[in-house]
Amino acid sequence: MADRIYRAPGDGALRIEALGAVTAIFDRRSMQTHLVVAPMPEILVELAAGPCDAATLAARLADRFDMEGEGDAAAIIADRLGELAAMGLVEPA
Amino acid sequence: MRHRTRIAVGPVQFRIGSDWAAPIAALKSLYAGYPCDKARPADATVRLFAARPWRRWLRPSVHIGGDFIVPDALPLPLSMGLLAAEMGMNLQVALGWRRHLLLHASAVAKDGRAVVLSGESGSGKSTLAALLGEGEWRLMGDEFTLVEPGSGDALAFPRAVSLKNEAIAEVEARVDPARLGPLLAGTPKGDIRHLIPRADAIAAMHEPARPALLLFPRFGGEPAIERIGEGEAFVRLTEASTNYVALGEAGFAAMTRLVRETPAFTISYPDSAAGMAIVEQLWAEAVR
Repeated sequence: MADRIYRAPGDGALRIEALGAVTAIFDRRSMQTHLVVAPMPEILVELAAGPCDAATLAARLADRFDMEGEGDAAAIIADRLGELAAMGLVEPA
Repeated sequence: MRHRTRIAVGPVQFRIGSDWAAPIAALKSLYAGYPCDKARPADATVRLFAARPWRRWLRPSVHIGGDFIVPDALPLPLSMGLLAAEMGMNLQVALGWRRHLLLHASAVAKDGRAVVLSGESGSGKSTLAALLGEGEWRLMGDEFTLVEPGSGDALAFPRAVSLKNEAIAEVEARVDPARLGPLLAGTPKGDIRHLIPRADAIAAMHEPARPALLLFPRFGGEPAIERIGEGEAFVRLTEASTNYVALGEAGFAAMTRLVRETPAFTISYPDSAAGMAIVEQLWAEAVR
């Protein structure tokens, strides 16, 4: 479902702290802690700019990061968005 | 209850009641040198009770009760009443304490800075802390270390050290016998003997210390030191905390700060002397 549109949670819902190679995310709504690695934090930051689908997000991320040689970026981003949605950190718009 | 006492260990004031005199007498002996403020309200309550009235005399077995209980915990024979009291005190703190981030870790301090040692039972964290506490270090605790969410400081919880199995002989050889409790042989945790911390450690138990090192010891194998990242330290310490989830964002903030500001290492060591040498080496590098 590469064309599914997701949105970030509202302002202040997440507290995001980089801890070296991993990023700890505290979800103030569920009180749960999530530990993630790239590109999850980058996806959350980009999605905060506005809801979008995986292809658009992949294009936005490609502007800022070197994503060459990573295969089908949109498909990878779609998988990661699905995982973030399963954790409750993003939601379908 | 018929027999009772109050004990203050670090910031926690315990109220302990018992159907029998012996466990209370043993506690009063171990904690005779601790400050006692009877007017201060209790933070945690431990009850040692007989399941049926006649079981006070007939094959007496000690049930552990209090504000928090483990429903399926088996009672202990009266000869292990002191262990029952210790288990009850640990349980109340592990499940009930909310003022600080609670780490299942021992700690020692020097010059206002702390080395925190976190590990499972058998990792040697208690023995290392106890032995370091007989030298130039202040023993902060052998079982729990509290982290103040506001300041990030470590606070001591210097209960009587629970020496187990081989550690008993190792410490017996170094300390005044008056600082050792009775030998509790053949408990569910093996042989146990309690060590009363040094008087200066008890007197300083309210003095916070800034964490300077986080160590994750493993007893056995060749001496080894491995630096670990903030993320791994975060995972290990959340697993070693009994109240991280209950503290919510305050716990998250305290934990992220702790792992960011404090270098962390796993250490392996074949014997206590090697373990203590590694702690001293890492300490010298951390405070340089």
